Amino acid sequence: MKDAFGSPQSLLVLGGTSEIALATAARLAARRTRTVWLAGRPSPALEASAGRLRALGAQVRTVPFDALDTDRHEEVLGKVFAEGDLDMVLLAFGVLGDQPRDEREPAGAVRVAATNYTGALSAALICGRALRRQGHGSLVVLSSVAGERARRSNFVYGSSKAGLDALAQGLGDSLHGTGVHVLVVRPGFVHTKMTAGLPAAPLATTPEAVAEAIEHGLRRRSEVVWVPGVLRCVMSVLRHVPRAVFRRLPL
Amino acid sequence: MPPPDTASVPLTGWGRTAPTAARLVRPGSAAEAVAAVRGCGPRGGIARGLGRAYGDAAQNAGGTVWDMTGLDRIRSVDAEAGVVVCEAGVSLHRLMRVLLPLGWFVPVTPGTRYVTVGGAIGADIHGKNHHVAGSFSRHVRSLELLTADGEVRTAAPGCDLFAATCGGMGLTGVILAATVQLLPVQTSLMTVDTERARDLDDVMARLDAGDHRYPYSVAWIDLLARGRALGRAVLTRGDHAPPGALPPRARRDPLAFRPVQLPAAPRHLPRGLVGRPSVALFNALWYRTAPRRRTGELQKLSAFFHPLDGLPHWNRVYGRGGFVQYQFVVPYGQEEALRRIVLRIAGRRCPSFLAVLKRFGAADPGWLSFPAPGWTLALDVPAGLPGLGGFLDELDERVAAAGGRVYLAKDARLRPDLLAAMYPRLPDFRALRAELDPRGVFTSDLARRLGIAHRPGC
Repeated sequence: MKDAFGSPQSLLVLGGTSEIALATAARLAARRTRTVWLAGRPSPALEASAGRLRALGAQVRTVPFDALDTDRHEEVLGKVFAEGDLDMVLLAFGVLGDQPRDEREPAGAVRVAATNYTGALSAALICGRALRRQGHGSLVVLSSVAGERARRSNFVYGSSKAGLDALAQGLGDSLHGTGVHVLVVRPGFVHTKMTAGLPAAPLATTPEAVAEAIEHGLRRRSEVVWVPGVLRCVMSVLRHVPRAVFRRLPL
Repeated sequence: MPPPDTASVPLTGWGRTAPTAARLVRPGSAAEAVAAVRGCGPRGGIARGLGRAYGDAAQNAGGTVWDMTGLDRIRSVDAEAGVVVCEAGVSLHRLMRVLLPLGWFVPVTPGTRYVTVGGAIGADIHGKNHHVAGSFSRHVRSLELLTADGEVRTAAPGCDLFAATCGGMGLTGVILAATVQLLPVQTSLMTVDTERARDLDDVMARLDAGDHRYPYSVAWIDLLARGRALGRAVLTRGDHAPPGALPPRARRDPLAFRPVQLPAAPRHLPRGLVGRPSVALFNALWYRTAPRRRTGELQKLSAFFHPLDGLPHWNRVYGRGGFVQYQFVVPYGQEEALRRIVLRIAGRRCPSFLAVLKRFGAADPGWLSFPAPGWTLALDVPAGLPGLGGFLDELDERVAAAGGRVYLAKDARLRPDLLAAMYPRLPDFRALRAELDPRGVFTSDLARRLGIAHRPGC
């Protein structure tokens, strides 16, 4: 059960090698989290993630999970929920894609959408239903500022996150009053291996800062958190910039 | 299976933190309660009274919560011997209304009269008279308990089931009715002596020296005062007023019970209303306006015992974020630990309205009963205060190291691994539960969070 400060005792991470997810799990393990499930494609990196969290004193189990293999989501996630209540599910998987290449080879773009949106849609609905049945829990969805307004330079990724963001908001509203809390996290540019080699955007942040914002959002039972928080203001301005101007902005 | 027409509703404790959803079922009779327990689903159920437990004691995510306020009949009152037999959903407020005109008062009352008799036993509540009267269970002659097998058992002081149920947070079964010994009173007024104490040592010395002269004693302490004023306090101690102390007008109806209530606090108040400046100002005014020393003041029962009941839904002033109440006891001889804890709280500037300091008397036999001989301190803190979780964990460590414990009826955040150290009879409780309720029919968010029902190795 979560305590009065929203600290979960058990956590399921979908996308067990995500650096943001790991930073979050590490932060929560320092509070109340004792049981962690890391779901992801079996790999040495997944085991390494598990090892890191075990070193913090958490009981960690890995579970093979592939966002693209939506046919098996019910079975895989069902097994995890069958082992006991989960106080928090962190939906953290996602791919950035390569925009110029994806534009040339749309099959790659489809893969981005299938992972970030369709895979997340399937997992979020399954987890949302399971959380609803247990009457409590937080579903934390890693969205992105890129989904707030599609930009010329990464609209494939941006549109997939826009879909995910809308899904998470709608799901949050549908679960209102069921004891289940959905938190949408909208980070800006985060320094991780996913963004390694890319030029950092202004207001770039770190996985640790995102983790801190998530912990804060859990405590306040927020519906949306921006990381850094000032992005909320920045994006609300950018959202209203006319298209003719927006497409010329060097974003 | 539970009837399909009962919808899930989100529930919280009085502190309004950590909402979870459960099917709320309101049995109207013992027979309906038996049917409800027999038909409860796989996620079990827990009895709930008026929802005054601060944390998650009366919540059961995904399961059933039995709203016991439907069992509200007073079965009999023996006005000669002062014994009442009533159902578990009867509130102390109602008992006062019915019993005061007959010259009887509840033996123990907490800071609110809006608790049920069942809740009072389940949490084994205490009041300002703990140092002489003990906790509520000391005055319970017997109780009827609906257990997991759907049977109704009678438990009386001296048996294990009684000891496990008093303070057992509803985890042994559903209390259906109780027989309670009452306290005779001649008037409905209190004679109250008020005095100010300039610091923590002063207040502790005054409580130590004078408590034996008063059946009711408590000190409101200002945890935002620092330096030489650290722990400054206002002591209020009193007794039921004898008829001779009443002014002529009041003598015409010495047992009148007419508590005053303001309109309820609005439903939606912003967070941050209870901040450091507002609380510091309030506490300072409270201290400064209290008389240095005043004796024999007449106060209404409601003003003396339940000042916060005058503002219905006062918990809303903390806004949507809610608040946590932290109450612990450390044994006599651990005054140094208490001092250090007060110093830590004051040093951290927690915006805590009027914390309450009290000396407890002898403990009662409830296995998970909170009161134990020693000093108890209770404070409210807004849940949104940054770093509060870690800070209270640190206080837990100090409390446990001093041989103390925190109060489960107020808890919403205790570190589970400290539970066994704080409640040494926990193994007995778990063993009895394993025997009486092997399927775990009775469970709550509190029980899940702290693993109260778990047996090591299971």
